[in-house]
Amino acid sequence: MSQIGSFALLLALGLSAYSFLAGFLALFSRDAASARLGETARRAGIATFAAVLLAGIVLVVAAFNDDFSIAYIFHHSNRDLPAAYKFAVLWSGQEGSLLFWSLLLAGYGFVLRLRYKTDQRLFAYASVIIASVQVFFLLILNFAAHPFAIMEGALPADGSGLNPLLQYPEMVIHPPMLYLGYVGFTVPFAFALGALIMKYPGEKWIQITRRWTMVTWCFLTIGVFLGAHWAYAVLGWGGYWGWDPVENASLMPWLTGTAFLHSVMMQEKRGMLKVWNMALIFATFLLSMLGTFLTRSGVISSVHAFAQSSIGTWFLVFIALTLAVCTFFLVANRSHLKSEHKLESLVSRESSFLFNNLLLLVVCFTILWGTFFPILSEFVQGHKVTVGPPFFNRVAVPVALLLLLLTAVGPLLAWRKTSVESLKRNFLFPAIGALAIGGMMILFGVRPWEDPSFFYATMAAVLSALVIFTVISEFLRGGRVIAGKSQQNLLAAMVHLCHRNTRRYGGYIVHFGVALVVIGILGTPFNKEVEKEMGFGDKISIGPYTLVCQSYTQDDNPNYANEWAIINVFRGGKQITTMYPERRFYKASGQPQTLPRIYPSFREDFFLVSDVYLVYEGKNETTGRPIIKAHLNPLVPWIWIGLMIMVFGTIVALVPNAAAVQVAATTPVRTPAHVGAGD
Amino acid sequence: MWERVTEMKSSMLSHRKISRRRISPRRWLQAAALAVAVIVFMGAGDDSARFKDLGHRMMCTCGCGQVLLECNHVGCQSSDKMRNQLQAALDKGNNDDLILQGFVQEYGPTVIAAPTATGFNRVAWIMPFVALALGITFVIYVVRSWKNRPAPALADGITIPRGNEHDLDEFRQRARKETDL
Repeated sequence: MSQIGSFALLLALGLSAYSFLAGFLALFSRDAASARLGETARRAGIATFAAVLLAGIVLVVAAFNDDFSIAYIFHHSNRDLPAAYKFAVLWSGQEGSLLFWSLLLAGYGFVLRLRYKTDQRLFAYASVIIASVQVFFLLILNFAAHPFAIMEGALPADGSGLNPLLQYPEMVIHPPMLYLGYVGFTVPFAFALGALIMKYPGEKWIQITRRWTMVTWCFLTIGVFLGAHWAYAVLGWGGYWGWDPVENASLMPWLTGTAFLHSVMMQEKRGMLKVWNMALIFATFLLSMLGTFLTRSGVISSVHAFAQSSIGTWFLVFIALTLAVCTFFLVANRSHLKSEHKLESLVSRESSFLFNNLLLLVVCFTILWGTFFPILSEFVQGHKVTVGPPFFNRVAVPVALLLLLLTAVGPLLAWRKTSVESLKRNFLFPAIGALAIGGMMILFGVRPWEDPSFFYATMAAVLSALVIFTVISEFLRGGRVIAGKSQQNLLAAMVHLCHRNTRRYGGYIVHFGVALVVIGILGTPFNKEVEKEMGFGDKISIGPYTLVCQSYTQDDNPNYANEWAIINVFRGGKQITTMYPERRFYKASGQPQTLPRIYPSFREDFFLVSDVYLVYEGKNETTGRPIIKAHLNPLVPWIWIGLMIMVFGTIVALVPNAAAVQVAATTPVRTPAHVGAGD
Repeated sequence: MWERVTEMKSSMLSHRKISRRRISPRRWLQAAALAVAVIVFMGAGDDSARFKDLGHRMMCTCGCGQVLLECNHVGCQSSDKMRNQLQAALDKGNNDDLILQGFVQEYGPTVIAAPTATGFNRVAWIMPFVALALGITFVIYVVRSWKNRPAPALADGITIPRGNEHDLDEFRQRARKETDL
């Protein structure tokens, strides 16, 4: 088995190296021989995918066959591991996840090389750049982190088992989503660098990569949020974001990618920000690599990190080399990136995009700075300091609130210039609605002046409401115009409106989702928690809920032994559910793991939904009774709903536009007051 | 009639001046700064709130990477011990600085969850705001330079003819491209 896998990896390295070198040479000339050489490079790139796929399949089959002669399988699997997790073994460890990364990159390259007829020259450049990244990963896989390395000594009877933290259904989908995002940014990066090197005229490269970028961004968004949900549902501390270096590493390319998705519109529509867009996509790719470096180098300690190894040096060299190449071409070909248009007003969508980009990058810089400050501190002061949640919350949250304000204001500004009158008209009702929400919070007992966290929560609520109301008003305004023209009802008209300009209205839906996510986060200062040892019939009161311990028991299966409590949840004297917080002891790895149980109270209070979150902390050895920690986390479920809406919005934005509503020339049409600033 | 209008205008202007004199922008700024300071520095005084606050300003030392009060590491010995120490220090009536210093002496500087506002650590807090200030300055500079950029001039002898329907369609297409998101 291992020989087949090793051969497949070597073959893939050879093919990708050929694809890079032959493709590179073919770029220097446009004669028939070069064209043939380029074609062989393209085909080698396609074949690389087949070879890496074979290696991936071999590793998964080895996991299913419990082939513990392969060291990687021994360290990350065991005989009684459920089938889904055996599949997930592919990305559970250092070597496997690098193979998975390489496989995804080969997959993206495969699709790109099949679609080469869109623009053969540009695709050839992009293909060479992707091949160079592929060569880097395959070099690591073959020489530094070999997934098919053989176990030394006697063949073990069973494996060490998968890390218990990873034995959770989300781990089967979270890493693939995250990696699809990380790896996916290689495609727009390759096109951008290719377009820069060949001085590609116009904005076509952006149009070609637009869907790639959006799909990639969507995957990264899902990956980041699934990671947060996994932390929430598995780590058992009642939170979902701990500003851990590895969490930060996934957020940084997301932030620059989001900035790119916005600023790229300036280039498409107005021919502006060409250098900036190049720099942004380069930064996004490099930050994706930096995230991989952080996770694998051991340079920064994190609960998520893989084992420390020498591959950190490989990544540092690759990042430095890529940075040098990008900077060189950015400087050498800067005249090609001169912007064409002038800005007419500070109050315009162009300005809002500039400020949006600035704020996103400041948040990204803050996270990067905070992540690396311990290393800097050690260098300057001789000792490390911790840069944990209090730092990020205090520094990043105010900037994020400004960003939220721009999310509300930006879409209502017109390209070129917006009149104050139009601003007033568009903002009056959303602003009144948002202020009313703030007033209601104060009426219901939130005192923003008592604590900074309450102040931030109130501001976040007001600004999220502003985003939601502006999005709704935009849909209503546009829907009414369509309804007036086409005699449709308002809902159908809004769907039609959305279909006419999917990118714009899909974007609004994404903004709506972002506002819901912020609403979910702003509940944090109002969290409650109680810890208690619970015997039969013992009670915990938390918020409006009473938790009664019905019983506690234990069980055993080949993979793990477990103990859990049976807790009945009452509200207003009525039982609403039963929860089973659990603690497992995994036999193969010998590690314990708590498994919290979560009940979102949608049925009881829809808009102000809370999570009842129970953790089986352990057992009092003297009394034998379980210690239960109960959390009441208001509004958290809105985060996951917000994610779904963001994904839906992205899908809408990916749908091609429908034709505009046709109105007969003779039909007198009353001009609407205003059809949204962007129309 | 004209005199009355002028009189009214000057009366309104002088009234505005008086209003401005009453509460100057500087006063407003001072009041806003005071309000922000009150909000930021307002802290609850009771022990349970101080326990929660201090417990969130320190890290658990078991290696879990969690804030002290959020560590639920199964069988974690560090967090229980540290919580008891924190409660004991509060019971003794020590102030926040003294308590934090005590923890730093015992567990090292990494026990504090965020850099302190002293010495080189100040740089950690200042840099993001410096970046924001520099960024805003840069964006304003860019916006102003773009605004002042001259519009592309027409070459001598070129006039813009009144367009026919075909030309207008072309312009419409371009306008749509530029104004749609």
